[in-house]
Amino acid sequence: MSELALTLVRLGFLTLLWVFVLATVLVLRRDLRQPADARPLGRERRAPKAARPPRPAKVAKQQKVKGSRLVVIEGPLKGTIIPLENMQVTIGRAPDSTLVIDDDYASSRHSRIYPSEGSWVVEDLGSTNGTWIDRTRITSPTVLPVGAPLRIGRTTLQIQK
Amino acid sequence: MSAPDDVQPPRVRRQPTRRNLELLLLVFAWGLGVLGILQVTWATGETAGDSLWITAAVVAALSLAMHVVVRWKARYADPVMLPVATLLTILGLVMIYRIDVAAASRAELNGNPPPTPDVYSQLTWFTVAVILFISVLVLLRDHRILQRYTYTFGLAGLILLVLPLAPVIGTTVNGATLWIRLGGFSFQPAELAKILLTVFFAGYLVEKRDSLALVRTKVVGIGLPRVKDLGPILIAWLVSLGVLIFETDLGTSLLFFGLFVTMLYIATQRRSWLILGGLLFAAGAVLAYYLFGHVRLRVTVWLDPWAYADDSGYQIVQSLFGLANGGILGAGLGQGFPNLVPFANTDFIVAALGEELGLTGLVAMLLLYAVLIERGLRTAVSVRDPFGQLLAAGLSITVALQVFVIIGGVTRLIPLTGLTTPFLSYGGSSLIANWIIVALLLRVSDRARRPEVMTPSPDDAVTQVVRRT
Repeated sequence: MSELALTLVRLGFLTLLWVFVLATVLVLRRDLRQPADARPLGRERRAPKAARPPRPAKVAKQQKVKGSRLVVIEGPLKGTIIPLENMQVTIGRAPDSTLVIDDDYASSRHSRIYPSEGSWVVEDLGSTNGTWIDRTRITSPTVLPVGAPLRIGRTTLQIQK
Repeated sequence: MSAPDDVQPPRVRRQPTRRNLELLLLVFAWGLGVLGILQVTWATGETAGDSLWITAAVVAALSLAMHVVVRWKARYADPVMLPVATLLTILGLVMIYRIDVAAASRAELNGNPPPTPDVYSQLTWFTVAVILFISVLVLLRDHRILQRYTYTFGLAGLILLVLPLAPVIGTTVNGATLWIRLGGFSFQPAELAKILLTVFFAGYLVEKRDSLALVRTKVVGIGLPRVKDLGPILIAWLVSLGVLIFETDLGTSLLFFGLFVTMLYIATQRRSWLILGGLLFAAGAVLAYYLFGHVRLRVTVWLDPWAYADDSGYQIVQSLFGLANGGILGAGLGQGFPNLVPFANTDFIVAALGEELGLTGLVAMLLLYAVLIERGLRTAVSVRDPFGQLLAAGLSITVALQVFVIIGGVTRLIPLTGLTTPFLSYGGSSLIANWIIVALLLRVSDRARRPEVMTPSPDDAVTQVVRRT
């Protein structure tokens, strides 16, 4: 092998090594540009996502359910709004709940709210301290009327139109 | 498991899996390896015999097998990690082969019989590593299962850590007691212990992080944790000191303590842990410096290697000569003198690579490590369960700390400590442990990047709701 050829191979190897590195970096860059909600979000970034206004067109297409948003009116998360889109909402301390409440008086999977026959129904999922509508502890799935205070631990929620 | 009727399936957006890209990068990495081997043979005048081509074929088959398993078992896993780790392993194999060639020609010059080449045994270890990589991905369907065995892993990790001190099987090599020997095979249990302990730290911190983060007493303006909560960090500190004293293994003790402190910081997001950890580290370092001769020697040699160039500083001085000989563009594979450094294919493989690939090649390699670690941390950010977050972060940090400690040592940025360079170094335990780390990271990242369909946690069956009609 001549000196020149060896030098060329040497530089070629380094160049290719760098091409590999740059190729991986390019993949990383493409990854960064992906829409943010294409991947599951961490618990800290959950609130702003939930605060997005509901899409009226979508709601209108489906069976009309009374009440369009769930609002926290008391407790550490006061002011948080969760748009209701004909899908169930889970509440609890577990990080994969729709509404994560960090409250010693709430269970990991405390309760869930789901649409049924035109209204929202709340069901206790075997929580320790119970799910309360106003001053009554619920024992079976119960219709949650618009405006009624739903108490979970130290948090009070309300369905609004 | 299907969602209840009244729940609409959530909108699923197609998440590109990028598996083809992974395959492309793997082929690229393999091609680079073949080019490297050819370059060594051209430059040294060796003939590329059949055994080399068989080696290349085996590496190709192993990489392909890993790719297929990832496609099958972890479709959404990160596409970059596997090729990057493979390329690093391949570069290690090329360099080990190159050092074999150098050692053989030197033996011939001195009229000695040629030493047994290391590259084939490294290839065997790589095969074992790939088998374990595949078993982890196949057997561990969800990383959260590991959380159930938090304390078992912790205990096993501690036992592995002190195993080299056991009478019959423990072995002391070059002054450090970190080997066990079982029927002709020797193994460094600390390498496996670091994975087990990372799992343990992750599980433990998920459980305890609230009390570690929230309850504090104010001392001179900084909120310090309660004395009662200080227990774990003190235990970690004592164990690291124990490893340092009884096994005289500086690198491992540094790695464990650093890993625990960083994971505490990530779990609690309190800077005071870093301050505390730093203070404890400084105290331990000063103590070790005054109490132990081998630590003092390392520091003295680090400060002025030229004064000891003929004995204890020989290694580091030769490594610096090698790096200087390499310069910016390197001497070229097969054209340097990497075998002049003792332990060129284990602790000092970075010096050998730096000599033959130059600063350009070395920086490229550091970037490969950076990409791997970034992908790991990225996984930690995007996975949703706290255990997965801590596990991914901890595993990436193990790799990061190890790369920093060994490359910092070889380039004389910090005192030299004996740690292996992940993926590159010759040695089975290290290669196996690092490939298991990659498998675990891929497992977590598959979970993190999977489009969100109902993914119940394995302990979730209780809350399955049957619709009443």
